[in-house]
Amino acid sequence: MISEVVMPQMGADMTEGTLVKWLKSEGDAVERGEIIAEIETDKANVEIEAFESGVFRKALAEEGAVIEVGGLIGIIAGAEEDISKYENGSAPSIVSREADAKTAELPQTSSDPTGDAPTKAEARMETGAGAEAASNTSPAPQPDKAVSLPTATPSGRSGAGGARQRVSPVARRIAEEAGIDVRTIEGTGPDGRVIKRDIENALKSGGQSQAPARGQQRSATTTTAPSKMRQAIARRMSQSKREAPHYYLLLDIDMTAARETRAQYNAALASGDIAAPPETKVSINDMLVRAVALALRKQPEFNATIDGDGTVTEHPQENVCIAIALDDGLIAPAVLDVSAKSLAEIAVESADLVARAKGGRLRAPEINGGTFTITNLGAYGVETLIGIIQPPQTAVLGAGTVMPQAVVREGQVVVRQMMKVALSADHRATDGAQGAQFLSELKRLLESPLLLVV
Amino acid sequence: MPEITYREAIRQALRYQLQNDERVFLMGEDIGAYGGSYAVTKGFLEEFGPKRVKDTPIAESVIAGAGIGAAMAGLKPMVELMTINFSLLAIDQIVNNASKLHYMSNGQINVPLVIRMAGGAGSQLGAQHSHSLESWYAHVPGLKVACPATPYDAKGLLMTAFDDENPVIFIEHTALYTLKGEVPDEPYRVAFGKVDVMREGTDVTIIGYGGSVWQCFRAAKTLETEGVSAEVLNLRTLNPLDTDGILASVRKTNRAIVVEDDWEFGGFGGEIAALIQEHAFDDLDAPVLRIAGADIPMPYNGRLEQAALPQEAEIVRAVKEMV
Repeated sequence: MISEVVMPQMGADMTEGTLVKWLKSEGDAVERGEIIAEIETDKANVEIEAFESGVFRKALAEEGAVIEVGGLIGIIAGAEEDISKYENGSAPSIVSREADAKTAELPQTSSDPTGDAPTKAEARMETGAGAEAASNTSPAPQPDKAVSLPTATPSGRSGAGGARQRVSPVARRIAEEAGIDVRTIEGTGPDGRVIKRDIENALKSGGQSQAPARGQQRSATTTTAPSKMRQAIARRMSQSKREAPHYYLLLDIDMTAARETRAQYNAALASGDIAAPPETKVSINDMLVRAVALALRKQPEFNATIDGDGTVTEHPQENVCIAIALDDGLIAPAVLDVSAKSLAEIAVESADLVARAKGGRLRAPEINGGTFTITNLGAYGVETLIGIIQPPQTAVLGAGTVMPQAVVREGQVVVRQMMKVALSADHRATDGAQGAQFLSELKRLLESPLLLVV
Repeated sequence: MPEITYREAIRQALRYQLQNDERVFLMGEDIGAYGGSYAVTKGFLEEFGPKRVKDTPIAESVIAGAGIGAAMAGLKPMVELMTINFSLLAIDQIVNNASKLHYMSNGQINVPLVIRMAGGAGSQLGAQHSHSLESWYAHVPGLKVACPATPYDAKGLLMTAFDDENPVIFIEHTALYTLKGEVPDEPYRVAFGKVDVMREGTDVTIIGYGGSVWQCFRAAKTLETEGVSAEVLNLRTLNPLDTDGILASVRKTNRAIVVEDDWEFGGFGGEIAALIQEHAFDDLDAPVLRIAGADIPMPYNGRLEQAALPQEAEIVRAVKEMV
């Protein structure tokens, strides 16, 4: 049977992705679940798996092409199956190509006063089968779009992004003066035109000014256009703060016993008493991940996502995201089905997840399948971290460093290893009393760490 | 400051000129015994006598030509052609003689002539009596064109017109004669070539002159209630044109819309739009728009006439689409 490979939706706000690399050549056999391509979203590099076994018959998108979500990029089918309907005029809805982007960065030598050279995709419209297909398959004429390439997917949406970007003269001038790449700016003017206020807003939100160095030499103010990742973070975090009414609960947890258990557990790993790959070590965060998953088992209302109309969906698996700092931002991929995994397995998987996040090689479920997030800046000595919920999840746990503190036990001041945690939860989905129960269960688990091992 | 009508403001300027400069005389159809078609010169014949206030035959070319000759000979005539519609009969004298003599005589001859006429539509006067042809005169080098929109401008601009050593076309709007506004009793002058920012704003510049200023003004007030801050420019004179004043406003608001009663095709709004894009292209957030009269002979039917003229709602809608 024919299986269409399409640009996947990695998160609700993704509209397009770049096909980075095909890992299969036309004619290669593929197994269901096998990784066939790498794509890049505005947040990360992701691998695409084959949904069916068969033969990778046709690559419909070239490496480097930007394809809208849902756009057809390749075909998997039986070796002899007829895929002729994909052979002609079924170019994917290419939004742009890297090559075009590079052209546009060159000094403006084009006679076009706006400096927008037509994209290759536009040029292609003028000749060849693509143009014919456009007139045959486009559902309706779109006079406002400079180009609408056809797409063979049933959804049939044409690439609005393929149209020439509208930028008002004043917006273009200010962007140039500020060193902002207007192509990174979303227009809010008529017909999506980028206008002055868009650049000014971009300058306000994303512009970074360099602090003047001490001494005589002061460098000029510099402004930087936000990277795709920064834009995604800005969009998602703003959305969360705008839409999700956060409530916050803070609690101190005594980690003295957890630290001892961790030491014993790691010793058992080193000696081989607990089976695991060589050099596996459990971190405090791994214990926190497991404790959170077990607490979520008891209170599944926090293992949930919420949609625009307030419908809350509880999930059967605890896919606990861990926030990972990257050079140019952060990403929070999920360790999947945590409550079914041992501490050692969690340790192995989270180390792998960190490595792949930094290498930009995360998989789809890890990026968009999370149900709860932990963010931990303990390694930096931060005491309290109050996080922002990642939409569409409904809660995030912020963890601080584990540090010796004077506390009172049975009337005596004693030194214990304490950790401050903060639960930020969406009040649309849960109430404070439920949050308090969740934290109290988390505290019970971490202060009786044997429960994490069994 | 006293509130007087646009008509009274014009009367004050004319009386001042008649009283203070013996070279000044008025000439035109029905301006004496009848007191003027729009009653601007009512009582002047009695007050200043038939040498200063002359009724003429119905012969616009003669009226203009006689005015040009008198001006060349050292007098300061004000000729009234009643309406801009009838000025078409005088246009040869105005364009071929009045505008050019100073230039063609290498400055030896001046033509200090004020030519008054009423223009504009909106009073159900039919297609032949409802013209807004000010752009025709503004087009001609050597003519100055003033289009007062307020009583204050009417008096001040007319005073300035009499100071000029060469011809000034002074176009009054028929719909404004009864408009009241504050006007100082004492003589004052309103400079040519200087826009009046009637209302300050930040989002769009709405440019009008003569009657259309008030559509702009009302639209700006409506837009304010909808969160759009519109700046209204009253051009006052089309030639000389305050290009710098227009550009300064557009550089602030980044958007412009020109409103005129005249036909859109080949009209004055196109000139302003062209100047803006030429000099302030890099300050624009949107294309410069024109709202003008429909490109048809003016209908007599009152509703159709209003539909053919720029309306406040049309301006509001256009502005909302461009911000």
